[in-house]
Amino acid sequence: MEFLTPTSLQEALEAKSAHPDAKPIMGGTDVMVELNFDHYRPATLLDLTRVPELAECDRDNGSIKLGAGVTYTRVIAELGDQLPGLAMASRTVGSPQIRNRGTVGGNLGAASPAGDSHPALLAADAEVELSSLDGVRRLPVDEFYIGVKRHAGRDDELITAVYITPPQGPQQFCKIGTRNAMVISVSAFSIALHPDRKEVGTGIGSAAPTPRRARDAEIFLAEALEADGRWESRGALPEGLAREFGDLVKAAASPIDDVRGSAAYRLHSLSVMARRSLGWAWDDYTSARKA
Amino acid sequence: MRITTTVNNERHEVDDVWEGESLLYMLRERMGLPGSKNACEQGECGSCTVYLDGVAACACLIAAGQAEGRDIVTVEGLAEGDDLHPVQQAFLDAGAVQCGFCTPGLIVATHDLLARDPRPEDSQIRESLAGNLCRCTGYEKIIDAVKLAAGRMASTSAGGGA
Ligand SMILES: Cc1cc2nc3c(=O)[nH]c(=O)nc-3n(C[C@H](O)[C@H](O)[C@H](O)COP(=O)(O)OP(=O)(O)OC[C@H]3O[C@@H](n4cnc5c(N)ncnc54)[C@H](O)[C@@H]3O)c2cc1C
Ligand code: FES
Ligand code: FES
Repeated sequence: MEFLTPTSLQEALEAKSAHPDAKPIMGGTDVMVELNFDHYRPATLLDLTRVPELAECDRDNGSIKLGAGVTYTRVIAELGDQLPGLAMASRTVGSPQIRNRGTVGGNLGAASPAGDSHPALLAADAEVELSSLDGVRRLPVDEFYIGVKRHAGRDDELITAVYITPPQGPQQFCKIGTRNAMVISVSAFSIALHPDRKEVGTGIGSAAPTPRRARDAEIFLAEALEADGRWESRGALPEGLAREFGDLVKAAASPIDDVRGSAAYRLHSLSVMARRSLGWAWDDYTSARKA
Repeated sequence: MRITTTVNNERHEVDDVWEGESLLYMLRERMGLPGSKNACEQGECGSCTVYLDGVAACACLIAAGQAEGRDIVTVEGLAEGDDLHPVQQAFLDAGAVQCGFCTPGLIVATHDLLARDPRPEDSQIRESLAGNLCRCTGYEKIIDAVKLAAGRMASTSAGGGA
């Protein structure tokens, strides 16, 4: 096995181009488990922990550029005020030890339907930056996930960053698991309100082959809020609206039965989480006016 | 490959490290430092918790090559000679050690918690130690030990001005 240790982004991209089959390793919280259990043995490991560009977190033009190598611990500490949805999701990942090493870039690289950052990235309309020696491109995150544990990055590309414009309204994230810590989601949901453009963002986790949005639910809710001027009035939500929203979120999922939970439980829990998180987000929105 | 690291303030150079092996394996099998325990090799139990450049992490999930040139502190590096660290002493005094397999990881995780938050509430203790599993104690004595250590460390730093 070869172990490559680039110390700049340029070197990392050159290494990936020369060794398209090299396995990138950042926090190692997914990769090392597979190596320790001999699930596979890559010919080459490409260590990205010495690439300073990937560990950067910049703000430009009102948008946040989150380097692929920024850990969950840093997301919580540095972005909690601007990206509360992603920070909430980060807080639920593993344990302090896992959050100290695990990264959003690694979560994207693994592209597991159960990855906890995905629902929050979807709800916030994040874009994934993919880089290679041929150039840099950006993909809306919902086009990035293409199948179970498969993403749209090419073999010569690295995930270099995520761009997120902090939603102007409240954000929420919830997940269901058997314990309050150290659990892979049985199902997960995130919502973001975008009052500036009168839109709603959603993200569903662990309830379809890929993380996905609930488009019909987003449109339904945005139109209902628009129709009775509630984006401006910030009045209480009408009876039944949150429940109908929850039903539409549920309709967008296509879960399976597995060891962590049944499809029926996933659907039910999603509708409950969607209803509740809309309630919490709307409470935040109404109290923001009073404040 | 050859790996050079600083472990517990001592420079170590080891040869013939396999590129896919973990820092935990290198510490235990190549450096004679078996304090960090291997119970799961998948980040679930925390018994292998060490500091890598001051950050607490599971050594089983760090590739040995990622530790090249880095500074590592293991449970063996916390005591000063024969004087146990207050966290270690508190675990003994509180009866938080039964079979002891989880203890090294819990000691490092507690050391890290108290460095960030010298007087944690119960809920913060539970949250911070959520990645460390113990099959014997039922955790209550462990929480007692953390509080005992926190109290002793606060009074020595207040009294001694250290
Ligand atoms: C005990 C434990 C608990 C966990 N709990 C959770 C949880 O609650 N929620 C959750 O979502 N996840 C959880 N995970 C999974 C894991 O921690 C996350 O997926 C994490 O985000 C992975 O990040 P990493 O930096 O460690 O990735 P790595 O393991 O380094 O890499 C993960 C994948 O991404 C690829 N990759 C990494 N960086 C790049 C890059 N820059 N470009 C292209 N590909 C790249 C790697 O090749 C690999 O396929 C847990 C893992 C463990 C061991
Ligand atoms: S051996 Fe590393 S966490 Fe269990
Ligand atoms: S004392 Fe035995 S596992 Fe904790």
